[in-house]
Amino acid sequence: MGIAAFAFYLFAILAVGSGLCVVVARNPVHAVLWLILAFLSSAGLFVLLGAEFVAMLLIIVYVGAVAVLFLFVVMMLDVNFAEFRAGMARFVPVGLLIGLVLLMMLGLAFAEWSPSVVAPSLRQAETPPLDAMQNTPALGNLIYTKYVYLFQAAGLILLVAMIGAIILTHRKREGIKRQDIVAQIQRDPAESIKLVDVPSGKGLQ
Amino acid sequence: MSAFLDIYSAAAIPEIILAVYAMAALIWGAFSKGEGADSGILWTTALILLGLGAWLAVAPPGSRSAFGGLFIDDGVSRFSKVLILVSSALVLVLSHDYFRRERQLKYEFPVLAALSVVGMMTMVSAGDLMSMYMGIELQSLSLYVLAAFNRDSARSSEAGLKYFVLGALSSGLLLYGASLAYGFAGTTSFVGIAQAIEAGGVSLGMLFALAFMAAGLAFKVSAAPFHMWTPDVYEGAPTPVTAFFATAPKVAAMVLFTRLLLEAFGDASGDWRQILVFLSVASMFIGAIAAIGQRDIKRLMAYSSIAHMGFALMGICAGTKQGVDAMLLYIAIYLTMNIGTFAFILSMRRNGAPVTDIGALNMYSRQSPLRALALLLLLFSLAGIVPLVGFFAKFYVFRAALDAGMIWLVVAGGIASVIGAFYYLRIVYFMYFGVEQEHLDSEFPKFGTLALVASAALMLVGAVNLFGVPEIASAATSAWFAE
Repeated sequence: MGIAAFAFYLFAILAVGSGLCVVVARNPVHAVLWLILAFLSSAGLFVLLGAEFVAMLLIIVYVGAVAVLFLFVVMMLDVNFAEFRAGMARFVPVGLLIGLVLLMMLGLAFAEWSPSVVAPSLRQAETPPLDAMQNTPALGNLIYTKYVYLFQAAGLILLVAMIGAIILTHRKREGIKRQDIVAQIQRDPAESIKLVDVPSGKGLQ
Repeated sequence: MSAFLDIYSAAAIPEIILAVYAMAALIWGAFSKGEGADSGILWTTALILLGLGAWLAVAPPGSRSAFGGLFIDDGVSRFSKVLILVSSALVLVLSHDYFRRERQLKYEFPVLAALSVVGMMTMVSAGDLMSMYMGIELQSLSLYVLAAFNRDSARSSEAGLKYFVLGALSSGLLLYGASLAYGFAGTTSFVGIAQAIEAGGVSLGMLFALAFMAAGLAFKVSAAPFHMWTPDVYEGAPTPVTAFFATAPKVAAMVLFTRLLLEAFGDASGDWRQILVFLSVASMFIGAIAAIGQRDIKRLMAYSSIAHMGFALMGICAGTKQGVDAMLLYIAIYLTMNIGTFAFILSMRRNGAPVTDIGALNMYSRQSPLRALALLLLLFSLAGIVPLVGFFAKFYVFRAALDAGMIWLVVAGGIASVIGAFYYLRIVYFMYFGVEQEHLDSEFPKFGTLALVASAALMLVGAVNLFGVPEIASAATSAWFAE
């Protein structure tokens, strides 16, 4: 077994195993940590495929930003996960059964798998010559020219997600003092300072 | 610059205009103060949608593609875009009064509606699995937010959450199917998949891809057995949003479904036909039978839309040009009926508060004979009773299925439509022969009355020649079936 095959099985088993642990972990913080391990092992798989740019993206974006954000959310929201799971035990047998049937059917499909005769040539049509092109420039070339439509559509989807998050959570609260910079700058001493003669013993009215 | 525009985007200019407008409206809304901007953005959005619809309606015929085949502009896509744009504009216009009275008018509603329309236009123009998925996600994500739009209501939030979770599941199924299709064909473009199938036949893996994608898309058109979310979401979402759900997204999902099956899997029609027949029969019967016990008119319309999608799917089952024409016609008529009916539902109020219980319609004919008559025409048409337009919608799909040799499917459709007629007629019974009780408010928004009466009149007048829509639909699909 070559080193590449060894690395593949190592990362693959790690990815599947940690994915399973994400689902079954009792403590949500542990689940997020397992998720990070799953991301890291998938990044390893991408490196094995020669897609180092995607691997780095996975580590920087998913591990560095998304997973850490998940951790914050899990720790800051006071959600009782044990309560969530209480009803789950009833559905586990049915779910497992369906999953098993699906797995067996997919196994059947995998055993019979034969791509179309034209698939290699069609796939090759998209791929730039590998000896002349590097990963990152190749992606950039495709995303900003041929796939600019998809790229922009993805941008719109993210915009919708942002609008949605704001609509569903932002509340205009009454009685909050907001900073109004224009008003602050336009104040002048003549308006804001008042000299009052306080007669002794009377106090300020 | 103009050469760049020609290659990349000339065909997609309506989408680009709408997307840029949505972003501009977002900025307009965010920086404006006061109530006026919310109404202003809603009316402007409706106007822009109508304008784009009119533009596409008179666009010259012909097919072209942009962005290297990711985007297709052909007769079918233009036909469905006109339906999507005009129906969304009408729903926006009708929603204004409801939102204003409920004090829920926010500028984000038209902006999100416009963005979801961009998604629907992307869907009907998709020539590739990737652009298909982008369109679906853009559309669905906006709809998830719209379902939960009234966030102070627990039911609306529940509707949004339920729709989101089940929608994410269906997107997962769809993506899994798409990845299998890519693995088999080596390309994600519809044309490429068709080539791969032509060269190598349908392997077992491709069948899995087809089944997974059909399941994902059936969820989007709310065909049984993937319909479970529909009644709850329709009931929980604010009524204008329900009206939106029941109209434009159905067109987009249905046309996308047809295009995927015919353009990418056209040579495998024997394999998908049985899936489609099952979806169609199950939807027709579940839509007809499950609606019988419903008292809430929004839930009733949900089951009604499930049943109608079953009939429209029958057109795809036929797989012929005649079938696709009938499907397009069916959807156009379905939209007209639904907009009229929802114009009425949006205005149902008692003591100023919206009601959705069908019991509230008792003896409505005595209170408002004109509106009761209009609603009666619409309900008869939804039930498919001769000589209203709704009958011709069913007639055309039945004929297409008959010509394709699917007699038992037509028999099943006939039985289902007879069962389904029961609950439409029950509302009519309440309106004309029910028991006297507290009436609905007699105040009625003027756009609501206009839309209700106009669409009821169309049901009656349209029976003469259906306004030539069958011919327009037939011209639209001619490019698909040109040999």
